[in-house]
Amino acid sequence: MKKSTLFDIISPVMAGPSSSHTAGAVRLGLLARNIYKKTPKKVIFKLYNSYAQTGKGHGTDKGLLAGILGLNVADRRIKNIFESDIAKSIDYKFEYYDDFNRHPNSVDIEIFDDTNMSISGDSVGAGEILITRINEFHVSLSGNYNTLILVYRDRPGVISAVTSFLQDENINIASLDCDRNAKGQDASMIICVDGHLNPDIVEKIEAQKEIYWVTYVEKLES
Amino acid sequence: MDTNINTFEQLYDICLSLNKKIYEIAQEKMAQEADTTVEQVRAFANRSLFAMKEAIDSGMQSKELSLSGMCGQDCYKMHRRYEKESAMFGDLFQNIVMYALATSEENIRMGTIVACPTAGSCGILPSVLIAVSRKYNYSEKDQLDALITAGEIGRIISVKVALAGAVAGCQAECGVASAMSAAALCQLRGGTVSQILNASALALKNLLGLSCDPVAGLVEVPCVKRNPFLAVHSVTAVELALSGVESKIPIDEVVDAMAQTGALMSPMLKESSKAGLATTKTGLAIKNRVFGN
Repeated sequence: MKKSTLFDIISPVMAGPSSSHTAGAVRLGLLARNIYKKTPKKVIFKLYNSYAQTGKGHGTDKGLLAGILGLNVADRRIKNIFESDIAKSIDYKFEYYDDFNRHPNSVDIEIFDDTNMSISGDSVGAGEILITRINEFHVSLSGNYNTLILVYRDRPGVISAVTSFLQDENINIASLDCDRNAKGQDASMIICVDGHLNPDIVEKIEAQKEIYWVTYVEKLES
Repeated sequence: MDTNINTFEQLYDICLSLNKKIYEIAQEKMAQEADTTVEQVRAFANRSLFAMKEAIDSGMQSKELSLSGMCGQDCYKMHRRYEKESAMFGDLFQNIVMYALATSEENIRMGTIVACPTAGSCGILPSVLIAVSRKYNYSEKDQLDALITAGEIGRIISVKVALAGAVAGCQAECGVASAMSAAALCQLRGGTVSQILNASALALKNLLGLSCDPVAGLVEVPCVKRNPFLAVHSVTAVELALSGVESKIPIDEVVDAMAQTGALMSPMLKESSKAGLATTKTGLAIKNRVFGN
């Protein structure tokens, strides 16, 4: 577990009432937005377990929508987000499920637009979150680091090619996780870095022939 | 200061050997860890302090109900009474209780608060810190010193116990908030390092085993009213500590006892709403009214 700092104890400034059910929900929506990069035309939020059962009383639904729309946890518009002008640009829906295989505070964010995307995440306590899946790939994304996400063909040398681009820019890798469908098929790479990535690097990496998709996800404000 | 501070004994020794106050050590360590300056650390704390005051001031003006409709008008009720008569223990007592309610009620109506250490316990420290500071005209510097002192107390407790009701019950949320509030107030009133640690130990020690059994799983009953109770509780701890009363059990051992107690508590009493107040006849009736069956 990440150790708490002095800052963690006397913050965040947030819309109440619950760090896991409200602030966590905003952060899940916001990180999904940082992955997708824009406000989608339509989104379906599938809430599981405690998120489904007590979410309404905690404003979990409002938090998720506010996050997808780009608001942060302290934004005073969260409370009345359903009536706000910015929510008129998006078609949204909430569905509620019980599934004991899922984390108690869990959500699927199904995005529909030119490109569809499906993102799952959990609110793991004290406002901390984890994105656990993007489309068919298992990931582990906390929003605490600037992160590079890649989908590529599982071939020897791809990981080293990507990391050498980072090395050239003197970027330190904090963590690296890989996953794949099957040997030689689609694979994913999640690289958390210290500091900021220059957008050129993302373009350079994207130009590599074995790489299908790259996105750079900026960390959430603490 | 290259060593990590993971216990209160370490904190005490470092304060003593460097002849510094808790907040000085805490802000220097934080600046070092976050690769920033002490001024930036204090600016961060100041944003929280400012938001605490805003939450109190807007909470004092409101009688809006929570989403569930269960709570939201207790501060307003006190307001109305105090227009006609004073509190038994004077205006400071009155303000501590009202500020704690005001903040907690802001929280449940989705207003903006500071989780300190958690959202459910957000009213405890600010009520004491702000009410006492307004009464005795403490400067913003004094208030920040107090808030940072409290933050360091919460941080060291969190090394051994996760500050979450689901992990260790309400002792780890409102209990820790009360210990932090005691530390802030003791610092504000000029307490020594030893007195501050004793005040925190005394507050925490008397809340061990506190269950987390919220009705309908919401941060409302008993959470909202627990905030003013534990704010006042922290004042008692400080009055004792400033008089030289010591906790017979040192604070590190109180935290150990709290971790053990939390682990031994049934999950039914740790934020699952499967026992206690949540499953009383009235508690269940409220749940059915709010969420249906």
